[in-house]
Parts: sequence; structure tokens; C-alpha cells
Amino acid sequence: MGVMSKSPWLLHYDASSCNGCDIEVLDCLTPKYDVERFGIINTGDPFQADILLITGGVNSQTEPVVKQLYSQMPDPKVVVAVGICACTGGVFKECYNIKGGIDTVIPVDVYVPGCAARPESIIDGVIQALNILDEKRAALKSKAREK
Amino acid sequence: MRIVFVICYLILAPFLGALLDGVERCISARMQGRRGPSVLQPFYDLRKLFSKQMIAVNNVQLFLNLSYLIFLVIAGCMLFSGTDILMCLFILSLADMFLVIAASSDSSPYANMGAGREMIQMMAYEPLTLIIAVGFYLSSGSFQVADIIQMSVSPVVFMPGMLIGFMFTAAIKFRKSPFDLSTSHHAHQEMVKGLTTEMSGTTLGIMNIAEYYEMILILGIFCLFIINKNWWSWPLAIVVCLFILFLEILWDNATARLKWQHLLYGSWLVTLLAGGLNLLILMLIK
Repeated sequence: MGVMSKSPWLLHYDASSCNGCDIEVLDCLTPKYDVERFGIINTGDPFQADILLITGGVNSQTEPVVKQLYSQMPDPKVVVAVGICACTGGVFKECYNIKGGIDTVIPVDVYVPGCAARPESIIDGVIQALNILDEKRAALKSKAREK
Repeated sequence: MRIVFVICYLILAPFLGALLDGVERCISARMQGRRGPSVLQPFYDLRKLFSKQMIAVNNVQLFLNLSYLIFLVIAGCMLFSGTDILMCLFILSLADMFLVIAASSDSSPYANMGAGREMIQMMAYEPLTLIIAVGFYLSSGSFQVADIIQMSVSPVVFMPGMLIGFMFTAAIKFRKSPFDLSTSHHAHQEMVKGLTTEMSGTTLGIMNIAEYYEMILILGIFCLFIINKNWWSWPLAIVVCLFILFLEILWDNATARLKWQHLLYGSWLVTLLAGGLNLLILMLIK
């Protein structure tokens, strides 16, 4: 476990979810699942977040918000798409207002499928994201050294 | 002896503060029926914050946050070196002003609201803080901390009301519910992160370290209530401090956030009843 993965702070954003996945994300904070045992804090502030957790597919109204949240997060950062809508657009894929999954707008590192995604799989996805976070930090460090 | 105390404060206070914060988060989690993070979690958080990319809305915020840290350290050093407690409390308020300016220096409406609320919090706890300094003067005849700790009986005998009042104000200082208006350690914050919304990475790390210094400073003032010239009052003071900290955590978990009006009038009422009456009696008997 590296520097980043011992204290990952989450930012949760609902791009256009039906709230099914959102409730499962909040479930992870309850005593039964308790993500704080990994040092994870559900912060509401992109400036302080390391992991961007997005539920729901992107529509034309949430696209600029997703982009802005992503740009406001300091490096290294990872994006976790939670639920099938966030991964591919899900059942709403063909809708005229839906652009598709989150990866149509910003790069996504971990895909957590499910409708709604279960808390266990969300936690699993976040833990996978932690390893990517550590890799990204190492890459940033070696890049800085080269300069 | 004084120099040893100051050096110990300078070096150990952030570590002790972070450790207490970790223990606090553990106890909080257990109270909520969760396992909670590791005791060393605040250290991991700090290490991460200092390794993040520097995103700053302006250059002045880091400088103002550093000023907050430095003035807090000066206030703490004054207490632990045994000098004037009144001056120490004034510098403590000055340090807080730097935090308010740091939060107002950016354009985020959440940070600005947080800064406004922090000022209301200062208005709420400042009267009692001054009454306590006067209380120490009346009971010991001196504002010097070095003289106060040489009293034959503990100051708390003369100022029990003020101790209760200070427990009330310490909850505001520690940013504990129901008084966590300007910013909160918990996720359930109604103004994003309030005061610290636009602080990230290093800036937030500095702010956290400053809060640990402040925590030890406040606990030091609690100790001052208990310590007298007998050696056994020192360990007793530490035990009392830890007990008060536990009560604050319990209170934090048992209450919901207040509106600012309730905070302001509530703490002024406590100031008047606990602090004011105590002061009046003290003036009559001394």
C-alpha cells in the first residue's frame, strides 16, 4: 500500500442516475460496509478528492459539470464509473439526450457494472482504483524526475 | 525548563494532535457501530496531502494559511513557556483571523460563507475566553502562566463555572457538532467543505497541522485549570483533559448541527451564566 492508497478521499457525483446506485454508494458508508476503515472519506469537495465516483450516464446538461469536476481535482486522480449506466449508458443508451457512458466525456479507470451496483462490488472497484492511483503517482514522480 | 517545554510543544504537538485525532476518529466510529480507520490515519492523510499536485486559486492563500500556523505556534509557545495567558489568547484570535482571511481570499461562495460563519463562531467564544483570562488573574493574582501553576490549590476550585463554559467553547474550537458551522471533519457538510472548500494538497495539510497545534494549546489551557504546585496535579490534569476530550466526542456524535443564531445566543447565555456568575462570585470573595 502506497502513499495515495492509504488515504483516498472520494467525490461522488450523480450524472443522471435513477438514484439506485447513489443509495448503494451511500450504503458503503454505513456500519455494515464501513469504507472509512480503508481511510476513505466521502468528501463533497473536488479540490480535496482523489477518486471521482460517478453514477448514471452523461447527458448534455451534466457533461460540463463532469468535465469541470474532473479538471478541479488535483493529480494523481482516478475515475470510477459505478453502475451499468455510467459504464455504457445502460438502458438509456438509445435516448436522445444521453451521450453514453462516462468515458465519452472523461477517461475512466475502473468500471463497476450492475443495476444497481452492489456495495460489495463498489468497494471492490474502489480498492482496484487505489492500485491505479498508486501507479499514477509513481508515473507522475518519474516524470517529474525526468524534468 | 521553559525552553524544554517550548521545544517539546514545537516538535511533539503536531504528532500528539494527529494521534489524538486518529484515536478520536476510532472512538467516533465505535460509537456509531463501525470499525473505523487506523489510529495512524491522520498521518497517512497528511502524507498524501503533501504529495498531491499543487492546485491553488491564488498565491496568497498558502501564505495566509502559513501565517495561521505560525501565529498559532507562537500562541502555543507563549502558554507552554509560562508567559502571559492574556497575550496568548489574543494571539490565538489573531491566528484565527488569518484563517478567515485565507478563506475569504478566493472566489468560492462556499468558502466565503464558511469565513462568515467562522467569524460568528469567534464572536460566540471570544467573550468567555477573555473572562477565563480574568478568572485566572483573580484567582492567582497574575496573568503569568508560570505563577498560575504555582498556586496552592487548583484554579478550578475558584472557577468551576468557567471550566464548564470553556468546555462549551472548546467544542466550537475543535469544530465538533453541534458547532461545526464553518467547516466539518465529517462528510455531512451542507456548504461543500465551508472554510476549506478551495484548500487542497499542501494548503490543507498546513491547515490540518495548525489545527493539531491548536488542539494541544486548548488542552493545555484545560490543564491550567487543574495544575497546582503539587506534582500529582500534572498527571491528574492529563487524565481530566482526556476525559473532557472523550465528552466532546460523545457530544459530537449525539447532537445535530445548530443554526448560527442558536450557536451565538447559546454560547453567550453560557458565557453569562457560567462565566459571568463565576466571575462575579470570584470578585466578591477575592
